[in-house]
Amino acid sequence: MAGTWGRLNIAALVLGFAFLYLPIVLLVIYSFNESRLVTVWAGFSTKWYVALLSNQGLMDAAWVTARVAFLSATVATVLGTMAAVSLTRYTRFRGRVLFSGMVFAPLVMPEVITGLSLLLLFVAINFDRGFATVTIAHITFSMCFVAVVVQSRLMSFDEALEEAALDLGATPVGAFFQVTLPVILPAVVSGWMLAFTLSLDDLVIASFTSGPGATTLPMKIYSQVRLGVTPEINAICTILIGVVTVGVIAASLITKTRDVQRRRDEQLAERI
Amino acid sequence: MNRALSAIFRRLVIVVPYAWLLVFFLVPFFIVFKISLSQTAIAMPPYVPTFGLAEGWSALFGRLGELSFENYVWLFGDPLYVNAYLSSVWIAGVSTALTLAVGYPIAYGMARAPSSVRPLLLMLVILPFWTSFLIRVYAWIGILKPEGLLNQFLFFLGVIDQPLIILNTTTAIYIGIVYSYLPFMVLPLYATLEKMDYSLIEAAGDLGCPPLTAFWKITFPLSLPGVLAGCMLVFIPAVGEFVIPDLLGGPRTLMIGKTLWTEFFNNRDWPVASAVAVILLIILVVPIVFFQRAQARAQEAGR
Repeated sequence: MAGTWGRLNIAALVLGFAFLYLPIVLLVIYSFNESRLVTVWAGFSTKWYVALLSNQGLMDAAWVTARVAFLSATVATVLGTMAAVSLTRYTRFRGRVLFSGMVFAPLVMPEVITGLSLLLLFVAINFDRGFATVTIAHITFSMCFVAVVVQSRLMSFDEALEEAALDLGATPVGAFFQVTLPVILPAVVSGWMLAFTLSLDDLVIASFTSGPGATTLPMKIYSQVRLGVTPEINAICTILIGVVTVGVIAASLITKTRDVQRRRDEQLAERI
Repeated sequence: MNRALSAIFRRLVIVVPYAWLLVFFLVPFFIVFKISLSQTAIAMPPYVPTFGLAEGWSALFGRLGELSFENYVWLFGDPLYVNAYLSSVWIAGVSTALTLAVGYPIAYGMARAPSSVRPLLLMLVILPFWTSFLIRVYAWIGILKPEGLLNQFLFFLGVIDQPLIILNTTTAIYIGIVYSYLPFMVLPLYATLEKMDYSLIEAAGDLGCPPLTAFWKITFPLSLPGVLAGCMLVFIPAVGEFVIPDLLGGPRTLMIGKTLWTEFFNNRDWPVASAVAVILLIILVVPIVFFQRAQARAQEAGR
């Protein structure tokens, strides 16, 4: 009986992962297609990648996107970590319910609502739309994702360590930076990466909040996709997928080795 | 000194993100509401100014009398909008059920896998989530279109002699939503299924309960928190989805996210777009509050 269950489970996993990965794999394969007709295979070619390099509009958009993503992820990580600390450590302060509501709501809020509301805010205060407004918008929704990621790590973190540091004469600020932050650092780093990719991906909120001269890559891709499937788009998508995949795998390997190191240290500490 | 510093540090940690979210998340909703009560004007910004304190309190009360609920009357009077809301909720509901049906076996398979391969499986589920939403939706256009890869494959197998028309139909939207939101369903499901005590199933088996009955009587009820969290994470954003209906659903499918986008970008009717957003928010308030309660409860449990 265990055997049938095992086989069923394996079948579910194989089918599930095939469903998740096949479309992406096909997209990547057809970016190397010689033919302009995306769905007819006519031989291997990298000419669409070469064509990308001479597409100035796309290159500009990529540069804007990279800057927005870097800046917004960094600020969002700081704000999100602060939010996570206040939600886990300070269980009682005025307006806590509203605060936790504002942290969780953006996770599920339809993007059209967030985008429209931010745009109307910027218009109401006469703030010129462009690079800054897209960055602010991205900080706002990605800080909530950072907060959730960091919060889950903080919750499993032993508060006694922090208290011990305080007893030994550390200032609260010192205790945070020397004890808490190193422990939650992997979560903070993955929060940053999540914020970075969220910003890299976002089409809807950027379309609402962006202005002239701040066209992001997804906006550019979207305007071309509407005209039809072309190998150039497949090529740029493949590059993006490659960048993100390498980043995620590298980060997970780093945290894994760190984890192993940490466990070894802890075992050593226990023996002493 | 130490204590004073501590108090400042603590206050800063709370106040800075709090203030940010108030200004950039909560206040904008009031502005949306305010503009939804305004009227369209050919100007920039394209709406008649409504109440505000710029002209003093007396002017404020004067303006309040001029507020128009015309946009809302218009929304409810026009079957286009009503149908868009209804079909959004329907499409999101069906897609959520489908995502659950597809995601549950995957999450279950992961939870029952040997613990050594679980981190790898988890990463395989998360990885597509890191790749762009837009790209993943775009990938399906090439597969689903009449001369696309799916039809080519089915022709090759000899299953069909007429191309299946899937792109630009509701079916394509279902496929798109299930595909894009699958990780959101699998992750909370996996989290609850992984924690489950499987000796309960063995006990049921020893007592003569067939595996399928044991599943429905034990596993599924115990995984309900994960089922609910997953369904909320899929349903709420799916109701307001724009990219998927726009790229896969074609011009004829009606979803409210698309309607809002069209009102805003093509018709440049900001007040109506705002009213559309307000009603959408009202529809979603119940599931959102429900989701937050569940999150808060999970938080307390994790403490």
